[in-house]
Amino acid sequence: MPAEIGHVALLLALAVACLQSVLPLVGAQRGDARLMAFARPAALAQLALVALAFALLTWCYVVSDFSVANVFQNSHTAKPMLYKVTGVWGNHEGSLLLWVLILALFGAAVAAFGRNLPSPLAARALAVQAMIAAAFLAFMAFTSNPFERLDPVPAEGRDLNPILQDPGLAFHPPFLYLGYVGLSIVFSFAVAALVEGRVDAAWARWVRPWTLAAWASLTLGIALGSWWAYYELGWGGWWYWDPVENASFMPWLVGAALLHSAIVAEKRDALKSWTILLAILAFGLSLIGTFLVRSGVLTSVHSFASDPARGAFILAILAVAIGGSLALYAWRAPTLRPGGAFAPVSREGGLVLNNLLLSTACATVFVGTLYPLFLEGLGGAKVSVGAPFFNATFVPLMVPLVAAMAVGPFLAWKRADARAALRRLALPATAGAAAALACVVLAPPAPVLAYLGAALAAMLATATIGEFAARAGTLRRAMGLPRAAWGTAIAHLGMAVTVAGIVASAAWQSESISLMRPGESVSIAGWQVTFRGTELARGANYTARRGVFEARRGDGMALRLSPAKRFYPSTGSTTTEAAIHGSILGDLYVTIADPAEAGPQGANARFLFEAPADAAWAVRITHNPLVAWIWAGAGLMALGGAVSLTDRRLRVGAPTRRVRAAGA
Amino acid sequence: MTRKRRRLQVLVLCMLGLGTAAALTLAAFQDHLVFFHAPSDIAAGKVPRERMLRIGGLVEAGSVQRVAGTTEIRFRVTDMAHAVDVSFVGVLPDLFREGQGVVANGRLGADGTFRASEVLARHDETYMPPEAAEALKRAGHWKPGAAPPGKGKD
Repeated sequence: MPAEIGHVALLLALAVACLQSVLPLVGAQRGDARLMAFARPAALAQLALVALAFALLTWCYVVSDFSVANVFQNSHTAKPMLYKVTGVWGNHEGSLLLWVLILALFGAAVAAFGRNLPSPLAARALAVQAMIAAAFLAFMAFTSNPFERLDPVPAEGRDLNPILQDPGLAFHPPFLYLGYVGLSIVFSFAVAALVEGRVDAAWARWVRPWTLAAWASLTLGIALGSWWAYYELGWGGWWYWDPVENASFMPWLVGAALLHSAIVAEKRDALKSWTILLAILAFGLSLIGTFLVRSGVLTSVHSFASDPARGAFILAILAVAIGGSLALYAWRAPTLRPGGAFAPVSREGGLVLNNLLLSTACATVFVGTLYPLFLEGLGGAKVSVGAPFFNATFVPLMVPLVAAMAVGPFLAWKRADARAALRRLALPATAGAAAALACVVLAPPAPVLAYLGAALAAMLATATIGEFAARAGTLRRAMGLPRAAWGTAIAHLGMAVTVAGIVASAAWQSESISLMRPGESVSIAGWQVTFRGTELARGANYTARRGVFEARRGDGMALRLSPAKRFYPSTGSTTTEAAIHGSILGDLYVTIADPAEAGPQGANARFLFEAPADAAWAVRITHNPLVAWIWAGAGLMALGGAVSLTDRRLRVGAPTRRVRAAGA
Repeated sequence: MTRKRRRLQVLVLCMLGLGTAAALTLAAFQDHLVFFHAPSDIAAGKVPRERMLRIGGLVEAGSVQRVAGTTEIRFRVTDMAHAVDVSFVGVLPDLFREGQGVVANGRLGADGTFRASEVLARHDETYMPPEAAEALKRAGHWKPGAAPPGKGKD
């Protein structure tokens, strides 16, 4: 019964969304207040209906109702409760439902908190938002119904892929979707502004908090995914330039550009049509990302053929949303009044450079990700584009970007004194040089780019702190600075931390792969790692063979590490559990593969249980310097976004805004 | 400064940025595009040596062995028409199994052994790597439904 109610709730939500996407639009055009007023209750009703459907699907998972096909395919009675719940979005249909739920949540938030918006703008934005919701709900209703029933009812479920049963991944999709879908609000506002033909500082100010919130969530979502890949997949890498990762990275890059261009649009009334274009592209890329990942198109063109209805639907939505909004942009953007002028050397100029570099970087990722798909679609050779391509194209673009981030905040709005800015850059440049020198002296030889990266990270950190200190003067005055200034400083500092982590872990990683017998040791990066043997261990829904390692460092520090191989009987799969000793300076990362005597892994799964106690195991040990800084930096960036979001000037209902809105 | 002049400057800057990116991309494509080849292509001698390439197919049953006393693992990748010897030093992914689909990046050595620098099996056991499916299809041994393709990460 819950499944049927859930299905009906989804269909009702679809009906509401259809009405909501037409009536307010007509109302705004005719100036009919009653029709415009329909948008708010409709958005709230949509949220209620989708939330009901989501709650019911979650209920089906909690009670393990295997008569629902989706639950049968992705759950199991023996699964821990946390993963029963998070398993709701660990699959195609459920994750779409989460997407729609967040979409409805954002729409309802605009309806509930946006009372000070001019009503035609609010009505139009909510209508556009409802169009997106309608498209998604229809997609679910016609091709991916999460509530489909099974007859006869199976006794036991097929279980969720064990590597997805992890706290890091459990919360990765919700944050990612908050980011993707948050950008939908910005998109809706952009389309509404194009329909109205007016973009002003007030508009940019309404849009900025949504962009900030979306971008900060996206940052967290990507960081969680990357962290999960690092500790769960057992390869010790944190970014693979996998199409699935790139799909989430592209909206992040454009979102970052949008965040900065919206500042120029708000403060200087310039770059308005560019900001609108970025808003459209950011959400367009989110859509492409979501759908390409969900449909499996990115990894194979052939999976389109596995369900032609889904593929066709996807293409239709993409074509209408992106094509339609870009056509609207081409038609209406020329009518937007150009704003204030500025010299090339100015804060605006720096932000333009930031935008150019970020969007160019996004373009290279886009080409690298989709080129194989296009080539194959055209019947050409089958190719793949891997990390070397992105290292050769993307990384060179990040060098000037980080340098510009260090210089930019020193520049004044409108027209800056280049010489004065360079003088203030003396200290950061010295710090950068010192960092590079320290790496040359203290660390083993590495490529030139590594030293450049270290120098840039140190320079950015020093410049950011220096600029903030100069603005604040004293500690007491620092507390009085606008939250947005705090946010900028924190986020830019986060970027410096992330860059330092990426550079150090890429350039100075040490690795040892060897066969180890109990009692044998390996020396790596100042650690002496000794293998003591293996033991069997049992978990809730798996059996594991655990390696016992002792690691000792020169200064007497000693610790025990237990990497494991787990076997999940319900799916018949094995997973690798890395043992990681993390510290601020670097991670010691140990994984075990298989015992030499039992034949290599892949020949059979019995090796886990039948290996003799004195067997030699294939062991991989790596030391990844500063690797935790990558995610710490991402956390700081997200925190910067969140702090900036609390700025009273951005707060809903801030008095300055009301004055502007009335004057506009 | 007139608006026209400013616009021109911005335009030149944009073109410069896009030009650089395009040049970087094209140069990178030249060097880093990895072409896919099926074991039959390698058997036919159509594949360049000493260039990075990607192969795919099934891990031949009974072919996986460890070179005694080392971390080197040898196996054969087959498209059911021809097979190629693969050597890999390191830790294999969890979903690597005999009889299952696999994709490997590496170079073809002078002795005809493919030296893999990376071996990929997907996150999901019901998933067939698309390249592995492609190799079987080309050799005419693809059984639809045997392993449903298209179910990827999360």
